[in-house]
Order: sequence, then C-alpha cells, then structure tokens
Amino acid sequence: MSVRLSTPAVRRPAAPEPPRDAATPSRGRLRRVLPALVVVAVLVAAWQWAVTAFAVRPQVLPSPLRVVEQGWLFRGALWTNTVPTLQVTAVGFAVSLAVAWVLAVVVDFSPWLRQALLPLLVASQTIPIIAIAPLLIIWFGFGLLPKVVVIALVTFFPVAIGLIEGFSSVEREATNLVRSMGAGRWREFRYLRLPAAMPSFFTSLRIGITYAVTGAVFAEYVGARAGLGIFMNLQKNSFRTDLVLAAVIVTAVISVALFGLTYAVQRLVMPWYAAERRRA
Amino acid sequence: MREVRVRDLVVRFGDREVLDGVRLDARPGELVSVIGPSGCGKSTLFNVLAGLVEPAAGSVLVDGAPASGSTFAYMPQKDLLFPWRTVLDNTALGLEVGGLGKRAARERAAPLFEPFGLAGFENARPSELSGGMRQRAALLRTVVQARDVLLLDEPFGALDSLTRTSMQEWLEVMRARYGWTVLLITHDIREAVFLSDRVVVLGPRPATVRRVVEIDLPRPREVRMLATPAAAALEAELLAVLREPVAAPPSRAAID
Repeated sequence: MSVRLSTPAVRRPAAPEPPRDAATPSRGRLRRVLPALVVVAVLVAAWQWAVTAFAVRPQVLPSPLRVVEQGWLFRGALWTNTVPTLQVTAVGFAVSLAVAWVLAVVVDFSPWLRQALLPLLVASQTIPIIAIAPLLIIWFGFGLLPKVVVIALVTFFPVAIGLIEGFSSVEREATNLVRSMGAGRWREFRYLRLPAAMPSFFTSLRIGITYAVTGAVFAEYVGARAGLGIFMNLQKNSFRTDLVLAAVIVTAVISVALFGLTYAVQRLVMPWYAAERRRA
Repeated sequence: MREVRVRDLVVRFGDREVLDGVRLDARPGELVSVIGPSGCGKSTLFNVLAGLVEPAAGSVLVDGAPASGSTFAYMPQKDLLFPWRTVLDNTALGLEVGGLGKRAARERAAPLFEPFGLAGFENARPSELSGGMRQRAALLRTVVQARDVLLLDEPFGALDSLTRTSMQEWLEVMRARYGWTVLLITHDIREAVFLSDRVVVLGPRPATVRRVVEIDLPRPREVRMLATPAAAALEAELLAVLREPVAAPPSRAAID
C-alpha cells in the first residue's frame, strides 16, 4: 500500500518550472497583438497615401499625420474634455454594474421574478437611445444624471444576462452535491453559483465596458458642458474634422485600456482561470 | 457508526415509478453494493438517502430512528472538484458548507492528505491531479464530513481499468482502517464481489430488489481472491440474476 500511496508524489512538478511559465505569457501576448498592429499600420498607411494622392481637403478627410499633429497641438483641450468623459464613464458603469448585479441575483433567487423581469430587460434594449437621450437632457439637465442613465441603459443588459446565465450554468450534480452537504439556497449560491458565474461575468463585463465609453460620448454629444462628446460636436460644427478624429482616437484608447483593465481585475478575482484555460 | 435499514422505498417522478419497494440493510462497518441495469434507479435511491429526493412511501431508519439530513455523506459519480478552489479547499467544502470556518475546515481536512495519497497537493488545482487522485480527493471531501454512512455512486466508473483496480484495493485497505460503513453503486460485478459484504441486485425500472447475495470471501480482500472458485461462482450468480428476463418481474413476496 505504501508504495502505491507514495507514487503520486512523483508526479509533482519539479521546482525549477515557474521561470519558463513566467516567460511564455508575455512573448505569447506580443505574438497575439502583432497581427492587429500590422493591420492598423497598413490601414493608416493606405489612408495617408489616399489623402495625399487624391488631394482630399482636410475639412473632408484629414490625413492621419494631420490628425495626430493637430491632436497634439490641442492636447490641453483634449485632456480637459477627456477627464469629464472618464468621470461620467466611471460613474455610469458603476451604476450599471450595481443594477445588473441586483437584477441578476434577484432573478436567480426567484423564478417568479425571473418570469416577470426578463421580458422587461429585453424590452429595455429596444428603446431607441438616440430618441431618448435628448429627452433625458430636458428632464434631468446638463449634469451627470442623464449621462449616467444613458450609459446604464446601454451597458447593464449584457452584464445582467452574463451573470444570470453564469449563475444557472452550474450542473445539476454539483447542486445536488452542495445540497447533500446541507446547503440551503443561500449557501448554494455562495459556494457554487457565484464562483461558477465568474467566467461568464467577466466576458459580459468586457462587452459592457466597451459600450460604456461610446455611451458616455454619445450622451455628451447630445448635450454637456464638457467632455469628448460635446468637444466632437463643436469641432464638427467648425469643420475641424481632424480634431473630431483626434477625439475619436482618444475614445478608442480609453476603451481599449478599460478592456485591458478587465483582464487585470479578472486575474485578481479568479487567479485559477487563466491556468485552467492554459491546461485545457 | 450506525445500522441502516431502508424499507419499502417507493419513488415516483410524476406518474413514472422509479423505485417500487426497495429494501436494504447495512450494519456498521459493512460495505453493501447496489447493482442493477442502467437507468434502473440506483442513483435515485442514493438521492433519497442523501435527502435530495422525497420518497412517495417507505422509510430510511438509522438505529431504528428516521434518518436525518446529516446521516449520509454523498459522493456523486463525477468528482465535481471545483476549479476555483484548491484541492485542500475542495476537500474542506462540505465542512464549510456545514458552517465550519474556513481555517477550521482546512485544519480538519489536511491531516487526511497523507493517508489519501494526496500529500503535497494541498495547494494544487484539481486539474493538476490524475484521475485516481481526483477520485481520492472527492472521497476525502466525503469522508471528512464525519457522517455515519458513505454513499459512493460509481466512484471508479470513469477510471481506466488499471487505476480502477488499484483504487479498489486502496478502498479495501482504507475501509478496514477507518471502519467506514459504505453503500456503493457500481456497474462492475467484479468490483461488487471484491469490495462487498453484501450485494443488492436491483431489477429494471421500476426497481425492486431481485436478490441479496452475501459475499463471504475472507477479509482483507486481495485481487487474487477473484480467481478462486468461490469468487467466480458469486460473479456468475450475480450476472445470472442481473440477466433474468424482464417479462416475469418477481413478486414482492419473493424478495422477503
């Protein structure tokens, strides 16, 4: 017996393995990002060439070089308008997350409320935000509230659905197991459904957060005192297409950064997940 | 350690009858196997014992009194080790769910890692374990709950045959050492003969008990005993009972 029991210990990975593990992800990440960078470089080069070759007026389509140049020149204005957009995005997405979590948990605990609320959630996504946003300004003014409402409306849905489906993704047998251990509905949620929903939650979080910045810019576009949205609107009205596009670039950079941030948070919340994926 | 008596258990799902008067006895320290054709209701029987399914009729008595929710510790077919928990935290899950603090639960599970052949894997993730180790971890999670009776639902069904044989030998040793009372579902007649004190053969759904076969091979059991004429005769008997035609189901009276 003792022989058999001691054999598993042989399978334990030897100590000097971690360095190799630590080196691979960064090199792997570079290799993964590289194709995207190449495509962007080609597109920008083509754009630059087309604008010069066909002598397009900068009011219609500025060259990428001009966009960057003017963007740098107006970096102060861009920055003062970026800060309020970031604030609105943060507050709006926080509200959206809170709403999504409360809804998802409530729906998970009550089949009746699931039947009652799910159709409403879907219906909320048919609201044409374009038509509603100006009304929100009339109702709530130029402050934070109408923008928060727009962002929440745009982003709570994917997060809520991701959570709801994550909670109910657990296997019947796993539920039986924790029930046999004496778990009631609350402990079943805490020890099984909640952790099981995390992968699905982070996927939907990424979808939500990419919409959040766009939602913020859109809400500002309709009416704001400051922000990238209203900045774009004003520059468009004075035919500064280059500055509109510079603001677009800033928006894109913020979105990508927030997207990346979700991976960092994910690594903190579910450190097991990445290793699990790599093994599978 | 307690004596378990299951009497005249009837389970219906809607108007579909799954168990039709199943009875079963296990004395302290015994291992009783339940075999039967696929889908005959073996797992349903365990679900009743684990408190997951309410029977339509019948009783489960422990030392003469109705069983409570904490009599049986249940090990499902799949190991169901959670990827978000380390192996140690997985094995402590039942204690945590039962209300014990995380630290206390860990402290109770940790000393079992050595005898279960899992020493050094406390902080590993379940996916780092081999199939046999995963089953041992799942069994540890079941045993550490310190309940009276273990319900093992095809614990070795998914393992390759070499690993399965060594797990069966291992279970035989561990059971003798700790004196567990075990109810075991299996598809494997040899496994039933090798491990059991008694084998309960169920018929097709709705399940009734076709025969109870006493396995009077000496203990501790060793694999080579399976080659003896006595073991071969028991295997043949179990196979014959399992393959009895369905057309004439045995009457209830024939069981008692």
